[in-house]
Amino acid sequence: MKKMKLVVVGNGMAGMRAVEELLRIAPGLYDITVYGDEPYPNYNRIMLSPVLANEQTIEDIILNSREWYAENHIQLYTGKRINKIDRVNRTVTAEDGTSSEYDRLLLATGSTPFMLPIQGKDLDGVIGYRDIKDTNTMIETAKKYKHAVVIGGGLLGLEAANGLKIQGMDVTVVHIHDTLLERQLDSTAGMMLQKSLEAKGLKFLMSHRSESIVGKDGRVTALRFKDGTEIAADLLVMAVGIRPNFALAESAGIYCDRGIVVNDTMQTYDPRIYAVGECVAHRGMSYGLVAPLFEMAKVCATHLGNFGIGRYVGSVTSTKLKVTGIDLFSAGDFSGGEGTEEIVLHDAVAGVYKKLVIKDDKIVGSVLYGDTKDGSWYFQMLKDNKNVHEIRDNLMFGQSHLGDVGHKGQTQAAAMSDNAEVCGCNGVCKGTIVKSIKENGLFTLDEVRKHTKASASCGSCTGLVEQILASCIGGAYQPADTSSKPMCGCTDHSHGVVRENIRERKFLDIPTVMRELQWRTPNGCASCRPALNYYLISSWPHEAVDDPQSRFINERAHANIQKDGTYSVVPRMWGGLTTPDELRAIADVTDKFKIPTVKVTGGQRIDLLGAKKEDLPAIWSDLSKAGMVSGHAYGKSIRTVKTCVGAEHCRFGTQLAMDMGVKLEKMMFGMWSPHKVKFAVSGCPRNCAEAGIKDVGVIGLESGYELYVAGNGGIKTEVAQFFCKVANDDEVIEYSGAFIQLYREEGYYLERTVHYVNRVGLDYCKAKVVEDETNRRELYERLLYSLQGYVDPWAERAQPSKVRREFEILAI
Amino acid sequence: MSEWKRIIELTEIPQLGSRVVRSAKGDIAIFRNSENKVFALRDQCPHKGGPLSQGIVHGETVTCPLHGWNISLVDGTATAPDEGHTTCFEVKIDSGVVFLKI
Ligand SMILES: Cc1cc2nc3c(=O)[nH]c(=O)nc-3n(C[C@H](O)[C@H](O)[C@H](O)COP(=O)(O)OP(=O)(O)OC[C@H]3O[C@@H](n4cnc5c(N)ncnc54)[C@H](O)[C@@H]3O)c2cc1C
Ligand code: HEM
Ligand code: SF4
Ligand code: SF4
Ligand code: FES
Repeated sequence: MKKMKLVVVGNGMAGMRAVEELLRIAPGLYDITVYGDEPYPNYNRIMLSPVLANEQTIEDIILNSREWYAENHIQLYTGKRINKIDRVNRTVTAEDGTSSEYDRLLLATGSTPFMLPIQGKDLDGVIGYRDIKDTNTMIETAKKYKHAVVIGGGLLGLEAANGLKIQGMDVTVVHIHDTLLERQLDSTAGMMLQKSLEAKGLKFLMSHRSESIVGKDGRVTALRFKDGTEIAADLLVMAVGIRPNFALAESAGIYCDRGIVVNDTMQTYDPRIYAVGECVAHRGMSYGLVAPLFEMAKVCATHLGNFGIGRYVGSVTSTKLKVTGIDLFSAGDFSGGEGTEEIVLHDAVAGVYKKLVIKDDKIVGSVLYGDTKDGSWYFQMLKDNKNVHEIRDNLMFGQSHLGDVGHKGQTQAAAMSDNAEVCGCNGVCKGTIVKSIKENGLFTLDEVRKHTKASASCGSCTGLVEQILASCIGGAYQPADTSSKPMCGCTDHSHGVVRENIRERKFLDIPTVMRELQWRTPNGCASCRPALNYYLISSWPHEAVDDPQSRFINERAHANIQKDGTYSVVPRMWGGLTTPDELRAIADVTDKFKIPTVKVTGGQRIDLLGAKKEDLPAIWSDLSKAGMVSGHAYGKSIRTVKTCVGAEHCRFGTQLAMDMGVKLEKMMFGMWSPHKVKFAVSGCPRNCAEAGIKDVGVIGLESGYELYVAGNGGIKTEVAQFFCKVANDDEVIEYSGAFIQLYREEGYYLERTVHYVNRVGLDYCKAKVVEDETNRRELYERLLYSLQGYVDPWAERAQPSKVRREFEILAI
Repeated sequence: MSEWKRIIELTEIPQLGSRVVRSAKGDIAIFRNSENKVFALRDQCPHKGGPLSQGIVHGETVTCPLHGWNISLVDGTATAPDEGHTTCFEVKIDSGVVFLKI
């Protein structure tokens, strides 16, 4: 079959992102030709501000080099402007006569700065701020002239003014309103911003209307206002807004209305012609920030790639000013209005101002000045439409998920020096991250993780990395929409959607899921396969195929892999209890297999560390003979039920904690879950078993038990929340079993109970488990059903069998 | 002098899995993918020496079990942005039996 031809008009950020996405999902589908009227390959337009501020060079900000185009067999024409589209013969023609045929056409013509239609606008020295040419003009002018005037106190104007000041000019910003950034900030924050910029040496003329531009010998000399006053100007930058470039499309008869009108699949009224970027009008909206443009590009690519899924449904945007030393964040609608409430914190001395606008218990807007560390958190909740009722009282104080351990409690990225360590796990410093973001043109958290490894391990520094990212690329940073984020690069479906399909359509094995849900890779990757395997076996116990090759090695070897490739073996000790016979067997195994380290774990077990893989079956065989079974210390499974000595021995004990713990642990033996699950049972409220930081904590009282859920030790300590009070042992088992089953059925893979409960809300879990008796019973019964007939994996592998061969080393 | 050595029947290696061969040159991991192609790599990750044989196999790549680097089964190089390389060995299948050149 002959390849189809794709022509792209506009070699800018949106167009090239669409091409990159297309190459990723459908390489080789098209012969691609790109026309751009600038003489450069695609560059990172938003980094023009750091270039002007002497923080970067033009070479640094090139996103796709000419070699990249060549390697991907893309015909690139730079410095050529398309001025004709012939839709009947399906060709485009450039001003110099170069012409190309297309089967699909992608318009990504961006926008142009709006120039005020006043007298003198064509004089030399009057420019917009849009491209490399404008930036170079400013840098050159600064070498020869003194006075710069910027019309427009918006993001672009302020970044231009800041840069020109750094270039050594005397800069005045002229603004028509009485506060800066009036579309992003309320007046208080606007005033604070103006003050800090004044401290940097910028001057402001607020509430001034420009009337005309005065010139001499063809060059600008001054700007005159409506009130008759004038200000000297050798350079005049207009930053009063942008206008989508749709003249080309309109001249070809494509329907435009203040932009090229597209539907949710980024198609124009001519179905062969797509459009993305600032030039489009989608549901009446045009966007001037890259994050929405990238979303458009992604959707467009899936349709161009004949992979017809995904719709673009519009974006909520956030803004951040890229002026070094100034922290400002704004998102959503902060103007207030009917039915909204505001929470405001204002510390004039510290220069901090925060405002959250809330409507129907949801955040609809936020403005942060001076302390923006929680910007992405608020923005995330805004995008997710999260109900904040339960956390409202603490909302203002921010999310302390930042900086618990590993980075010395640092929470403010801006205040960190370049050599300060951000990621304690992988030893990554701030400077390294900043450099990588700028040089590699990174836009997302995942890309930063890939390139620098920062926040790729324990994740506790995620908030810091997000801040750094936001301060480097401004509003281009878009925290992922957690509810619809794809599982991994192999698919565009989210965890929720995949799971629903598995349940509704009764998929029973991984190949079927991948085929029916159109996985892009032949057999997935190391992140989606284990998740799929879990969703299958938890949705369809005893029916779905459990694929060992899709499990992480620990769950395949039934032991924990250590850094040197040896394993640790943790036999189960029900409720933390053991016997002389078991201890003897452990001692014998340790001697016989020369196990180097024996350690008592935090979960009341004994860990044999440093076992060789090929010895594992024999070790298990010996332990099995003494009646011991796998402790699952390695799995996304029930780990331990930790107990105190309880009423059996303790003088304070009110309930038989050990007995209760053993019963719970036996009930859950062999249970796989989205992530590991730990329980604890204490015999009285003194709580010696530390039940307050477990997935389920059980605390004995005179009159029964209290249940706590969703606690967590680890990176960020989370105290378990009170769930309900129950009367006796049977109820403990039924209620906690039902809660865990709810989590097993609805939790996303690798989501701990605390994250699950935060996502769905504690009230929801209570409604399903505590308040609805029938549902509770059904959940509990489904748990028992899925655990029926579970065979100890150690005993199974201690015998010669097919599952054992994995452990045998081959000799030659 | 390297020569072809008989290792094991193909069916004894699980699909999307591996077996380990202990040789004078150290442990060698033999992988089989979903298309029944076999590959052989030194069983050491270029990152911190993790046992690649224990990783998850997908397409023509294995993900190291220790810190998740992706290593190409075809030529032993790490997937960008990680950088590194592990030795590859020649393997072939002859009448259902896997041979390794060593
Ligand atoms: C100084 C500056 C700072 C910015 N900072 C931020 C920021 O911090 N955060 C943020 O999110 N956004 C920022 N932006 C906005 C962001 O850069 C734009 O939203 C984005 O670049 C738009 O992408 P696009 O592909 O739609 O248009 P462009 O990147 O403008 O690409 C369009 C390209 O098409 C070419 N073209 C147009 N017509 C034709 C034709 N007929 N034939 C051939 N070629 C044609 C144009 O020359 C241009 O190269 C900033 C912009 C500027 C100028
Ligand atoms: C994958 C990486 C991890 C490994 C290899 C690991 C390993 C271990 C080991 C070996 C122990 C026993 C420690 C001891 O001897 O005292 C332990 C205990 C513990 N781990 Fe982890 N762990 C990991 C991740 C985590 C995470 C992410 C958390 C929290 C979210 C966590 C929370 C705990 C807690 C709270 C204990 C104490 C157990 C108890 O008191 O019941 N671990 N872990
Ligand atoms: S929690 Fe209560 S019952 Fe258990 S050991 Fe401590 S004091 Fe005793
Ligand atoms: S056992 Fe846990 S805390 Fe200790 S080094 Fe390993 S992961 Fe870190
Ligand atoms: S040793 Fe393989 S990824 Fe670290």
